[in-house]
Amino acid sequence: MQTRALQAYFGSTHAVRDVSLDFPANEVTAIIGPSGCGKSTLLRCLNRMHETIPLARVEGEVLFHGQNIYSPDVDPIALRRHVGMVFQRPTPFPTMSIRDNVAAGLRVQPGERLDRKQVDAIVEQALKQAALWDEVKDRLKGSATGISGGQQQRLCIARALATSPKVLLLDEPTASLDPLSTQKVEELVYELRKSMTVIIVTHNMQQAARVSDRTVFMLSGEMVETASTRVMFTTPSDPRTEAYITGRFG
Amino acid sequence: MQTPSLPATVTTPESRTLPTLATPLAGSPAAPPSRVSIEGTVVADRVYRAAIFGFALCVPILLLLIFVEVGVAGWPALRQFGFGFLTSSTWDPVAGQFGAAPAIAGTIITSIIALVIATPLALGGAIFLSDFAPSWVRQPLAFLIDLLAAVPSVVYGLWGVFFLLPLLREDVMPFLRDTLHLGATPFFRGPAYGPSVLAAGLILSIMVLPYIAAVSREVLMAVPRSQREAALALGATRWETITGAVIPFARSGIIGGVILGLGRALGETMAVTMVIGNRHELSASLFAPGYTMASLIANEFSEATNDVHLSALMAVGFVLLLITLVVNGIARWLVWQTGGSRS
Repeated sequence: MQTRALQAYFGSTHAVRDVSLDFPANEVTAIIGPSGCGKSTLLRCLNRMHETIPLARVEGEVLFHGQNIYSPDVDPIALRRHVGMVFQRPTPFPTMSIRDNVAAGLRVQPGERLDRKQVDAIVEQALKQAALWDEVKDRLKGSATGISGGQQQRLCIARALATSPKVLLLDEPTASLDPLSTQKVEELVYELRKSMTVIIVTHNMQQAARVSDRTVFMLSGEMVETASTRVMFTTPSDPRTEAYITGRFG
Repeated sequence: MQTPSLPATVTTPESRTLPTLATPLAGSPAAPPSRVSIEGTVVADRVYRAAIFGFALCVPILLLLIFVEVGVAGWPALRQFGFGFLTSSTWDPVAGQFGAAPAIAGTIITSIIALVIATPLALGGAIFLSDFAPSWVRQPLAFLIDLLAAVPSVVYGLWGVFFLLPLLREDVMPFLRDTLHLGATPFFRGPAYGPSVLAAGLILSIMVLPYIAAVSREVLMAVPRSQREAALALGATRWETITGAVIPFARSGIIGGVILGLGRALGETMAVTMVIGNRHELSASLFAPGYTMASLIANEFSEATNDVHLSALMAVGFVLLLITLVVNGIARWLVWQTGGSRS
C-alpha cells in the first residue's frame, strides 16, 4: 500500500499535508506522533473511512495493489472488505453474540452464502488468531458485552480478521486497555505480519519499537521521517524526531 | 545568576524549621468545626431524599387510586353481566343490557391499524433524519414532525370528517374493494359509508406517527458513531450499517416509541369519535362503522341516567385501563427480552 501526495481536510482544517509513503507488504508499520498530528486521519484515508465524516475530503492518491482507491471506479465498500480496521475503543455490536460479532463481516460479503459449519470454522480460526478462542470457546452464544475490555478489543480484531483482509489498520488499538491485554494485542500484531500488511497508529513509542518493522513519525499533519524502526529509535535523522522519541515533547 | 540562589534558600539551616510547623497543627483546636459542617450536609441530604421520594411516590399512588375508583364504580356492572360484559355485543341502555365487545374490539383493531401504518413511516422518517438528511433539512423537518403532535385532536377530527371520510367513500374504499378485489376477503366488504373502523385507524395512524418518529429519531441519533464506523469498516453498505448495527442498537428505544404511540392510540377519544360511526356492532369488515371504548364513554356519559348505565361506562373505563396496562406490560417485557443482552 502506498500514498502519493495525500492531503486530508476537515472543512478548512488541513489534517494531513502532502504525505507520500510506502507501507511494505507483510510488515508492520507504526505511525507515531503527538495527539492531533493527523496520524489517525492518515490511517482513515487508507480505507476511505475519512470521507464518512461530514465536510471531510481527501486529495492525492492511495495505491492498493497498484490501483488508486480514490479513482471513481473504486467502490469504497468493496475496498473496506480487503482493508480491515480496528478502532481505539472496542466496538462490539452489543445485540449480537460473540460468534455473530466475529461473523458480522462475513454476512456483508458478496458472493455465495456460507453454511453454518463454514461460518463456525472461520469464527474459530479468527478467534484463535486473535488469541481469544480459549477464553470464549464455551460462551460463543453469550453477549459480546459480557467480556472484559481487553477481550472485546481482541474480539474486534477477530471480527476484522474473519474476512481475511490484505491490510489491517489499527487505530491506537491498546489505548483503552490494561497492560496485560496490551501485551496480548502486541503479540498478536507481531504474529499477523506473516499473513498481512499491518499499519498501527500509536502514541506509545515503546509499543511502536516493540511491534513494528518500520516507523513513520508525523508532526502537524506532515510526515517528518520514515525509517526502519531500529534506525528510527537509535539514530533518527531529523532533530524533531529525536526530540520526540527522547521525550522532550509530545 | 538567579538559578544558584534558588537551591541556596532550600539548603540553609533556617529551612530546617519547616517540619516543626506540623506540631502546632496536630494539637490545634481547628478540627471540630469541620465535623459540624459534615453533619449538616447529611441532614439536608436526608430531607431532600425524603422529599423527592414522596414526589416519586405520588405517581403510583395516583394510578392506584384511579384504578380503585374506576374499578369500584364499575364493579356493579361487571358483577351483573359477568364475563358477558366482555363478549356480548348488546349495548341497550333502555333494556339495561350492556356488553362492551364491539368497543373493546374496535379499540384494539383501530390501534393495530394505526401502528401497522405509522410504525414503518415513522421509522423510515426517523432513519432519514438521523442518517441521511443534510443538517439544513433535519432541523425544519424534525420540527414539522413534532408539530404534528401538537395539533389538537378535534382538528384532526374535523379534517377527518370533511376530507378523509369523503375520500374514503368516493375513492379509497371502492378502489380497495372492487379494483384490488379485496372485497373477496371478509375485511373489506360491505357498503362504503365513510365513517368506519378503517377511517378511525387511519386518523390514529397520523396522530401516533409523530410520537414514534420523534422517539425513534432521538434513539437513532444517540447510537454512537463508533457503531456505525465499526459496521462501515467491515465493508457494510450504508443500508447494512443501519439494519445490522444502528437499528439493533436502538431497538429497545424504538419499541419504547411504538409503546408511546400505542398508548396514545388506545386512549384517543375526540378524533376517533368523529369518524368511527359510533355503532355497537361487531363486524369483521373495516368498512363497517364501529366503536372504541374511549369514544363510547365520551358519547354516553352525559346521557347515562340510571346507575347500571353509569356503572357500565365505568366498567368500560376500567377495562380500557386494564388493557392499556397489560399492553404496556407486554411491550416492556418485549423490550427487556430483546434488549436484555445489552445491559
